[in-house]
Amino acid sequence: MKNIFDEMRAPGLGATAGIRTHYAPYQDWLTQMPAAGIAQKRAEADSAFHRYGITFAVYGDGADAEAGAGTERLIPFDIIPRIIPAAEWDKMERGLKQRVNALNMFLHDVYGQQRIIQAGLIPAEQVFCNAQYRPEMQGLAVRNNMYAHIAGIDIVRAAQPQQSSEQADYYVLEDNLRVPSGVSYMLENRRMMMRLFPELFGHQSVAPVEHYPDLLLDTLRQVAPAGVDDPTVVLLTPGAYNSAYFEHAFLAQQMGIELVEGKDLYVHDETLYMRTTQGPQRVDVVYRRIDDDFLDPLTFRADSALGVAGLLSVYRAGRVTLTNAIGTGVADDKSIYPYVPDMIRFYLSEEPLIANVPTYQCRKADDLSYTLANMHELVVKETHGAGGYGMLVGPASTKKEIEDFKLRVKADPAKYIAQPTLALSACPTFVEAGIAPRHIDLRPFVLSGKEVRLVPGGLTRVALKAGSLVVNSSQGGGTKDTWVLDAPASLSQSQSQSQSQSQSQSQSQSQSQSTSAAPSTSAAVGGA
Amino acid sequence: MLSRTADSLYWMARYTERAENIARLMEVSYRMTLQRHGTGGSYWGAALGITGLESAYSARHGAISANAVLRFMGADFGNPSSILSCLKAARENCHAVRGTVTSEVWETINTTWLEARTSAAVLMQGEVSGSDLTKYFEWVKFRSHLSRGVTVGTMLQDEAFHFIRLGTFLERADNTARLLDFKYDELAPQDDTGSEYYEWGALLRSLSSFEIYRKVYRDVITPNRVAELLILRPDMPRSMLTCMKEVQQILDLVANARSHETQRLAGSLHSRLRYGRIDDILAVGLHGYLTDFLSKTAELGNGIAQDFLVPVA
Repeated sequence: MKNIFDEMRAPGLGATAGIRTHYAPYQDWLTQMPAAGIAQKRAEADSAFHRYGITFAVYGDGADAEAGAGTERLIPFDIIPRIIPAAEWDKMERGLKQRVNALNMFLHDVYGQQRIIQAGLIPAEQVFCNAQYRPEMQGLAVRNNMYAHIAGIDIVRAAQPQQSSEQADYYVLEDNLRVPSGVSYMLENRRMMMRLFPELFGHQSVAPVEHYPDLLLDTLRQVAPAGVDDPTVVLLTPGAYNSAYFEHAFLAQQMGIELVEGKDLYVHDETLYMRTTQGPQRVDVVYRRIDDDFLDPLTFRADSALGVAGLLSVYRAGRVTLTNAIGTGVADDKSIYPYVPDMIRFYLSEEPLIANVPTYQCRKADDLSYTLANMHELVVKETHGAGGYGMLVGPASTKKEIEDFKLRVKADPAKYIAQPTLALSACPTFVEAGIAPRHIDLRPFVLSGKEVRLVPGGLTRVALKAGSLVVNSSQGGGTKDTWVLDAPASLSQSQSQSQSQSQSQSQSQSQSQSTSAAPSTSAAVGGA
Repeated sequence: MLSRTADSLYWMARYTERAENIARLMEVSYRMTLQRHGTGGSYWGAALGITGLESAYSARHGAISANAVLRFMGADFGNPSSILSCLKAARENCHAVRGTVTSEVWETINTTWLEARTSAAVLMQGEVSGSDLTKYFEWVKFRSHLSRGVTVGTMLQDEAFHFIRLGTFLERADNTARLLDFKYDELAPQDDTGSEYYEWGALLRSLSSFEIYRKVYRDVITPNRVAELLILRPDMPRSMLTCMKEVQQILDLVANARSHETQRLAGSLHSRLRYGRIDDILAVGLHGYLTDFLSKTAELGNGIAQDFLVPVA
């Protein structure tokens, strides 16, 4: 329980304990909601998500497949929002823009002059021996020098072990620069909260996120091939059986663009076309939600039925834009992650506004011996792993598991990094036994067209199992609406807030007695 | 619009309409067997015949009984042509293009499917009464009304809308012709005039046409007038003429460089109905006439697929 920052409740006993100011209006509202009312709203949310079909597909349910059941599941939605005060968001937003700018500059550099390698900041083999490095991109000009047009940056808040839990800073845990998903849940969670609890939005001024699809479409149009005034933009999906299909369809609809599959597209005369009821139509920008490997069977995986034969030749001729660009994975790989603060200093001559989680690179002898000696306290990850797979959480592992993992790390040290086990912050969440704190992270979505922009907030993921640090939806994570508060409350408002806060304190104490087990172990767990 | 998208929209509409018409067929069959005490067995066999499913049925259920047929046609996943299978296919087609239809359309189709699945699971278990089943068929009809209403009431009248409507009317033309063919055959030889009246009444009711018939003819129900109403009336929403008129008009709206032959076929089918006379049709023989119509609409469906939905290049 120690050293865990609670987003809603300040620590202490008796009079010093309380609800953080930015949560006070929410707490007031919550305490006057009858339990039956809350239960009914939660059931309503579930049924609405089913009706909208806001689901993710689960593969291989043979027996259920015939009945059409069990193949689509809901991601659990929690009705207690994660609230971020205006000042915290302001700094985070600047830090995110800074980071994504530097990452785009790094990609431009890697596939161009390679100054950062010549300067000796990043070893050449770290880049060129990386499986995500795409030689096809070398020397290729891309519009506005932007590569990672849609980035999902995973952020956690954690107190360092030697600090008090109240000194909890934000850290970037992971950059996702290939095909990050989850933004539809950010939008649908907000829609759901406004539908279930419209009165809540009268109490506090919550920054809107609904314009994300407009920003996204604008971004996609900004990076169309030069000379195309009114570009045709499409979203390329692997199809209705893909786990993120809901999001693909949702975004295409919100932007009013065609949702295409590989078989709808073909290449003729160095031009990309889609098959329409009125004959072929030229395509200028492809927001692709399939990985590099599957884009073009002539260049990448020959067995891919998801892509378009010849797409790469059109791309290299500058006659179509792919978003994100090919080869962005070389910048979000876990082996490159430790260098991002250096990139920010190198390209922007600025200090990073959001820190990295301290990372030990096992390819370095010192870091390797530290990792092997302290593995019981560390989180060890494969550099190419994702989704919470291929990793070891030291404090949650048995001696045998740790010894086995040491052998794997020794056999191929360059394949691993290690990080201290972070005490991820927690947010009160509805669980079976009532309300209890559960660990959370945050994925803001950052867009790069002419410049770098984002909507306030992101997707908050929550680990629903007590003590669990794994927030991935594939492993039982849920989501919350994320509120970035607009301007700070005026004086008269904050007075009335502090009055109501003291009322709510007694409530929160009686509630905290009834809550179930709080998180006990902690580790920083990443994954797309 | 993407050909694949048009294909999904068109089939979404066809399957929704088909589910509704199977519900209508089952409803009328049920009512008729209630009126023909004890002669149900052969009748249900004929009802299966209209959909070409006799052998699939007997493989699964053996002897024919009213409830077993109603279940098989309404709620059985093992029957690829059951209402439940149609609603699933409609939903999957809609799912594939959910970004193209309005969220209201998607929610309606998806909810229909989710609720049908639940109802069907209940109907497939244990003893169910005929009234449980007819309640289900009634519900299917209303969900179909709702699908059409939400389409007309919320969608932009662009190509997506046109292909949905095209699917609806082509399927309905086919289904009205099938239903009429089946009943006409079944009913014409009867000479017990008392029960004949009720059976024709049941057929009209199954096509929501009983009150229309009264309004139009203000006279006793005769088979020939029923045929005229369902084939040639321009103001009767389920008549073959009305459906083909819509099909021809929609094809003109979505026409492309290679759809000329398909438009010509639709136009000629429409003209034959528009200028046809019921006496001429009956003189040639209704069954032959309807069989020919069904094969022509199938040909039209193939033309639409080749020109718009699954083009080769």
